[in-house]
Amino acid sequence: MKGIIFFLIGIFFGITMTKSEAISWFRIYEMFRFESFHMYGIIGTAVVIGAISMTLLKIFKVKVAGGGLVTYSPLPLNIKRHLISGTIFGLGWALVGACPGPMFVLAGNGYFFIIVVIAGAVFGTYTYGMVRDKLPH
Amino acid sequence: MLDDLIYPSWHWSISGLAIAFILFLLTMAGRSFGVSTTFKNICGLVGAGKKNEFFKFDYKEDSWRLFFIGGAIIGGFIAGVIFPNPFAVSLDTDTIFALEKLGIVYPTDDSLGRGFFPDEYFRWDSLKAWIIALAGGFLVGFGSRYADGCTSGHAITGLSHFQLPSLLTVIGFFIGGLLMTHFLLPYIL
Repeated sequence: MKGIIFFLIGIFFGITMTKSEAISWFRIYEMFRFESFHMYGIIGTAVVIGAISMTLLKIFKVKVAGGGLVTYSPLPLNIKRHLISGTIFGLGWALVGACPGPMFVLAGNGYFFIIVVIAGAVFGTYTYGMVRDKLPH
Repeated sequence: MLDDLIYPSWHWSISGLAIAFILFLLTMAGRSFGVSTTFKNICGLVGAGKKNEFFKFDYKEDSWRLFFIGGAIIGGFIAGVIFPNPFAVSLDTDTIFALEKLGIVYPTDDSLGRGFFPDEYFRWDSLKAWIIALAGGFLVGFGSRYADGCTSGHAITGLSHFQLPSLLTVIGFFIGGLLMTHFLLPYIL
């Protein structure tokens, strides 16, 4: 039952998002106003430690579950696509004050109105899937 | 003593370390850390895969994510309901003043709220709140799929793998976020 492993990692993720206050609408607002180092500290630490650990896993050719090595399949570079899609996401992120992970964690915290936001996100994803052939990638 | 460990929020360095550890665990489990694909999986689970191959739910590749998200919801319940921080998020005072100008009163007394979600604003009986929530969610869903990732997939995983596309996407996140916070929110809220 591999599912239980991901369930446990998920619990740790939910606890981390809550105790880090990254699920706070107000923290996101504060971050985009550059009035606190809090969110930058979280993301910065995660990226520095993450980059070191991923690099070490690659250097020492550590095998992951399934027997493969740590790989990353890069997206084709398309500056316009990355900037435009990122901007669309950022507009929504600052408006509802939550990115996808925190949306689910907020629901667990008892803020059930976030379900309306999740419904909007599912509809946005569906819309993308229906028009993606017409967008530059 | 133990209570001081279980209830309060974490320092940003501990939080960042914990996120890096999650990236490490998922990588060792042979998976890529990214939450926004969940929305695509939900589309697939409700049948969108029949009409469009893009949404097809592949049990072998996608089911782990549902366990992960189920855990994330339970984790939020554990950390926020069973062991809640007795203090509200300590926002910067300049941020609190800016919020007051927008008509949002920040809970300076912990009994008034925890500072996680402006639930005084996002109310079930407010049509405006519904429109903002649906529109904001739509932008997050559309944008993350077009970007092929969200904060976890690009800002954490992509940058940890030194990906230029992820860096550009994160720059986009900030272009959009700054536009919304500084120029649009004052008119919307």
